[in-house]
Amino acid sequence: MTVLVLVVATLVIAGVGFFLGRSRALSGVSGNVRDLHSLPGYYGWHVALMAALPAFGVLLVWLIVQPIVIERNIGSLLPAETVADATAFKLAVADIRRVAGGLDAAVLAGALTEASAAELTSGGTDVRAVLAGVGVALGSDVTNDTLLSAQMYRSMTATGALARMIAVLAVALAGLGYALSVTRAEFRARNRVEIVMMGVLITASSIAILTTVGIIWSMLSESLNFFRQYPATEFFFGLTWSPNFRGGSDLGFIPLLWGTLYISLIAMIVAVPLGLFTAIYLAEYAGPKVRAWVKPLIEVIAGIPTVVFGLFALVTVGPFLRDYFAQPFGFGNSGASVMTAGLVIGILNIPFISSLADDIINSVPQSLRDGSYGLGATKSETVKQVILPAALPGIVGAVLLAASRAIGETMIVTMGAGASAKLSLNPFDAMTTMTVKIVGQLTGDTDFNSPETLVAFALGITLFVITLGLNVFALYIVRKYREEYE
Amino acid sequence: MEGPIQMKDIHIEERVVSDHKAKITARGVQVYYGTNHALKDVDVDILAGTVTAFIGPSGCGKSTFLRCLNRMNDTVSSARVVGEILLDGEDIYDKRVDPVQLRAKVGMVFQKPNPFPKSIYDNVAYGPKIHGLTRNKAELDEVVESCLRKAALWNEVKDRLQAPGTGLSGGQQQRLCIARAIATSPEVLLMDEPCSALDPIATAQVEELIDELRSQFSVVIVTHSMQQAARVSQKTAFFHLGNLVEYGETGQIFTNPKDPRTESYITGRIG
Ligand SMILES: Nc1ncnc2c1ncn2[C@@H]1O[C@H](COP(=O)(O)OP(=O)(O)O)[C@@H](O)[C@H]1O
Ligand SMILES: [Mg+2]
Repeated sequence: MTVLVLVVATLVIAGVGFFLGRSRALSGVSGNVRDLHSLPGYYGWHVALMAALPAFGVLLVWLIVQPIVIERNIGSLLPAETVADATAFKLAVADIRRVAGGLDAAVLAGALTEASAAELTSGGTDVRAVLAGVGVALGSDVTNDTLLSAQMYRSMTATGALARMIAVLAVALAGLGYALSVTRAEFRARNRVEIVMMGVLITASSIAILTTVGIIWSMLSESLNFFRQYPATEFFFGLTWSPNFRGGSDLGFIPLLWGTLYISLIAMIVAVPLGLFTAIYLAEYAGPKVRAWVKPLIEVIAGIPTVVFGLFALVTVGPFLRDYFAQPFGFGNSGASVMTAGLVIGILNIPFISSLADDIINSVPQSLRDGSYGLGATKSETVKQVILPAALPGIVGAVLLAASRAIGETMIVTMGAGASAKLSLNPFDAMTTMTVKIVGQLTGDTDFNSPETLVAFALGITLFVITLGLNVFALYIVRKYREEYE
Repeated sequence: MEGPIQMKDIHIEERVVSDHKAKITARGVQVYYGTNHALKDVDVDILAGTVTAFIGPSGCGKSTFLRCLNRMNDTVSSARVVGEILLDGEDIYDKRVDPVQLRAKVGMVFQKPNPFPKSIYDNVAYGPKIHGLTRNKAELDEVVESCLRKAALWNEVKDRLQAPGTGLSGGQQQRLCIARAIATSPEVLLMDEPCSALDPIATAQVEELIDELRSQFSVVIVTHSMQQAARVSQKTAFFHLGNLVEYGETGQIFTNPKDPRTESYITGRIG
């Protein structure tokens, strides 16, 4: 029984349980709904939830645990030195999975019978040829160990699936029976359903948190791996970035940090005033007709893919800045530059800031505007002295969010600022950022265990800490300046 | 809260206001919100040095008329004002009049206290700063102090002038808003139900304050409480369904109303 069928079967049991629970509750009071503690539907829901949720829980745990158990067990058939070496073991397990999957496909395609697949030996049949015949290409001939392990893997998986089905259905039926047995007129089904709903909501929110924890954990473990191979001080304080895949690289991250901050700074210098002024115009000055046109037009920018912005930077902004600013004023002759990427990222962020700030400004109560106009203030005085201070916490939040976006931007930097790490003050020099290098170090055919590759994780976690710090700072500012106004 | 008033319950002090000059003269004022004719043909003289109360059932146009007096209706896009309103003989709807300047002369206090998200000091200093009424910090300090004293708030806040104005209690916030309004030294002070969000003690403080303000400003107060109108005002105008029904000495309106609608309202039969 596949997982999908199992899920459907459980749902069917739950659905039946709903009607059973409802009718049992109703028959207990001979149809008189007012004698029930809760509405009849709640008794139905209670039975359905008790049947479905524990069963799904068991299924989920089973799906996670079974592969781990099987992997442990097939190790017993492999040579001891393979099991001892983590990398070799991983490769061997991957091979076994492939062969097992190939056998499955062969059985499905009719090239092998179930029995012959289980009894195949590498001496008797050319397994590689058989599998190639059903579309599974293997890199090398199948050794006897691998074949035996794959067969064992298949049989264990089959046994596991059977046991899984029995367990899940049993739990579903047990839940159904239990819930039906407690269904009586005075049973507080409504309260019980409420508790279960709360549990569901808590689970939903913890998934997001757990994902974050998982991300941090995987980044951290790989980063630690990196710092074991490359000294942390040289990474954090090194002034040169020149990775060399033949070894002996300099992986100082200061030039990348500098490029990141410089580009983001220029982007924010462009985006904050323009975005904020746009928001103020839209919220305070524009009439409803203008607003209905201008707001969507500005937000169109937000819908343009960043790679298109990257092209714009590459073919328009870069050459323009080079020909009219950098070369005439002697700042160099590079088309890719910090200025190019910064300007374009800034433009990208204008609608982001303007639409957030517009919402925030609109949420400033009208009574504050009236108060200011009533004292004889003009519109701009009111905006400057009353509305912006009242909206400040929200605006700071919006700006810092935009800053995180600018720091994390990759595509535009690759196309607009180039990929050469450099420590320079000249905004018309080509530089690069942490995100670009993260991508750069991970793409290409490289050993996944060298410092040159693992440095991507160290960069990633550093970037994460920087944006996290930015957000914490934003929260601090927001708290500090928050005014209770109504 | 307040039951229907019997006319004999209301004690009216001796009020001599007939020798005051008209500060604001309104003639034939009509206000439309889109197609809604909210105010119909209102003629009123607001006297200098007098507290004038506007009473009437809600929705009858009291706030609308009050907002005509300092052109706050300009900020409502659907509103259209017809007629003539003179302040010291000058038409405030004349093209040459800057509504912003006008509002500095005709200040306003709103129904809900609306202190700015600034310190207590900066709330009061707001008007003087934007209008350049003071030459230096010392003068500004003086203005802030005297306005807070006039608003009977100084003793409560003198040690925390830098604390946010939004942190005060409701009654204190409303007195702060009054201090803020008088800091621009207006000639007329408009108050739209200034006590409706306040508890009885704070209301009593504000009412006392209004009586003191009369010596320097003309005060126009909208109120839904007839007791309040009787307590603080010398002149009363009764609005009903967009019409000014009756306008006269407070004592006369409450003891001897000429119009049957006024009588019905103050005895609690309409409202
Ligand atoms: N901003 C506005 N837009 C449209 N109609 C309004 C507005 N303000 C008030 N009105 C209408 O004008 C009439 C008078 O309102 P208002 O002056 O607020 O009454 P009051 O203050 O006496 O309770 C009401 O019918 C109200 O619906
Ligand atoms: Mg009103």
